[in-house]
Amino acid sequence: MSEENAAILQVHHLSKSFGDHEVLRDVDFAVSRGEVISIIGSSGSGKSTLLRCMNLLEKPTSGEVLFHGENIRTPGFNLQTYRARVGMVFQQFNLFSNMTALENCVVCQMKVLHRSRVQAQNIAMAFLEKVGMSAYVKAKPRQLYGGQKQRVAIARALAMNPEVLLFDEPTSALDPEMVGEVLAVMKDLASSGLTMLVVTHEMGFARDVSDRVVFMDGGVILESGDPEVLFTHPTQARTRDFLARILEN
Amino acid sequence: MPTAQSGFFEWVFFFIKTYGTLFLKGAGTTLLIALTGTLVGFIIGLAVGYVRAIPRDREGGAVRYWLLKLARTLLGVYIEVFRSTPMIVQSMVIFYGASSVLHINLPYLLAGFIIVSINTGAYLSEIVRGGIQSVDPGQMEAALAIGMTYGQAMLHVVLPQAIRNILPALGNEFVVNIKDTSVLNVISVTELYFVSKSAAGTYFKYFEVFFITSVIYFVMTFTVTRFLRWVEKKMDGPQNYAVHGSQTVPDVEIELNAKGGALSE
Repeated sequence: MSEENAAILQVHHLSKSFGDHEVLRDVDFAVSRGEVISIIGSSGSGKSTLLRCMNLLEKPTSGEVLFHGENIRTPGFNLQTYRARVGMVFQQFNLFSNMTALENCVVCQMKVLHRSRVQAQNIAMAFLEKVGMSAYVKAKPRQLYGGQKQRVAIARALAMNPEVLLFDEPTSALDPEMVGEVLAVMKDLASSGLTMLVVTHEMGFARDVSDRVVFMDGGVILESGDPEVLFTHPTQARTRDFLARILEN
Repeated sequence: MPTAQSGFFEWVFFFIKTYGTLFLKGAGTTLLIALTGTLVGFIIGLAVGYVRAIPRDREGGAVRYWLLKLARTLLGVYIEVFRSTPMIVQSMVIFYGASSVLHINLPYLLAGFIIVSINTGAYLSEIVRGGIQSVDPGQMEAALAIGMTYGQAMLHVVLPQAIRNILPALGNEFVVNIKDTSVLNVISVTELYFVSKSAAGTYFKYFEVFFITSVIYFVMTFTVTRFLRWVEKKMDGPQNYAVHGSQTVPDVEIELNAKGGALSE
């Protein structure tokens, strides 16, 4: 099998502009099965937009995203099934406020994957257990604090049995003391072999947990590679500056 | 029967005794029209608000885009026309328009239902649209990102929250309708105002009769307002929730309040 076919997701020449503002410029990049990739870079470098283009929450201006070699914007491509295979965890959690923690994890399984309620509930419970939230199945999102919400959101995404999970700054909206509990869950997932693409400002996570780190700047991937190498011997001046600034704090 | 020298209260009691049942029937008709009109108007409002909230993009092809644009324009005209003319005038136009142009003699009650529903629909469309827009866009994004269609996301995630948000406005519309159905007397719908006018006209005792009428209107609107407040509270669900299985006692249910403190074990 060639390198191309092993990739679950491939991004080819992806560009995205908001009006005159070019956020992504000709980005090329691929995600292989089992890989944990961290995307780092300063705010406004296009990290989140790249992630959002990959599940079409943003429509790319040009270029393509391939899922197992198939262009996700081909007419007739089943976007709903694709999105169920490629989960997303948001910075602001975005739990459905009108549902309990359990219902959050159940509703999409029933509506998208057409699982029975009993089956969906069993699966949901298993994942809520995994993220340490099984005690809070009856709680509404407003009754939970940030770290708990994010763990439920992760369980909700996992309940769909995704092939890849996209994390859009999952700990950026959390109080510092809650970051740990969410990162612990993510580390656990990484070691279980889940394919993960994580936009993050947590350099510890990027360095210790990921297989590959991608540094973005000004809408392009400036450098990517082994975390140890990238953190200790960055080849680009911009990467060095960024790391120096962020590791200072 | 009281005489010309009789006092205010004698007349009031007289009207209650003689016209009590009629007043109640009129009040019943008023409530029925207001309730039906508000419910049907709400359904119209949901449909129109839903269509008007569909994002304008050309993703679904040119035909879909132009159909949407046309629908949106027509619905916009509907809303503007019905919000910019008084319901009393709409009643005359619809009722007499139906009979002279379409040659349909609408039954009075049916005419009342139709007029109040269409009128309420126009107001609620805008309220529904505002309600949809008031829901955090992240909710729609999360629903789409996990694989729901736009329709599913609306139905299961966005609309329930939008409806909760507009519930006070919806209740308000119901109360307004209880009062505003009185304009239907111009097309002889026998609601409370029409009944009162007839009774008062018979004895030339307008103050006495309309004193009773206002008390009935007040009781109706006040009761409905309280009831709706109660429904709103119910819909928010309990402030407390149970935590299952603490680490030490796996079977116990612990009631927690919203701030996370334990209430009882």
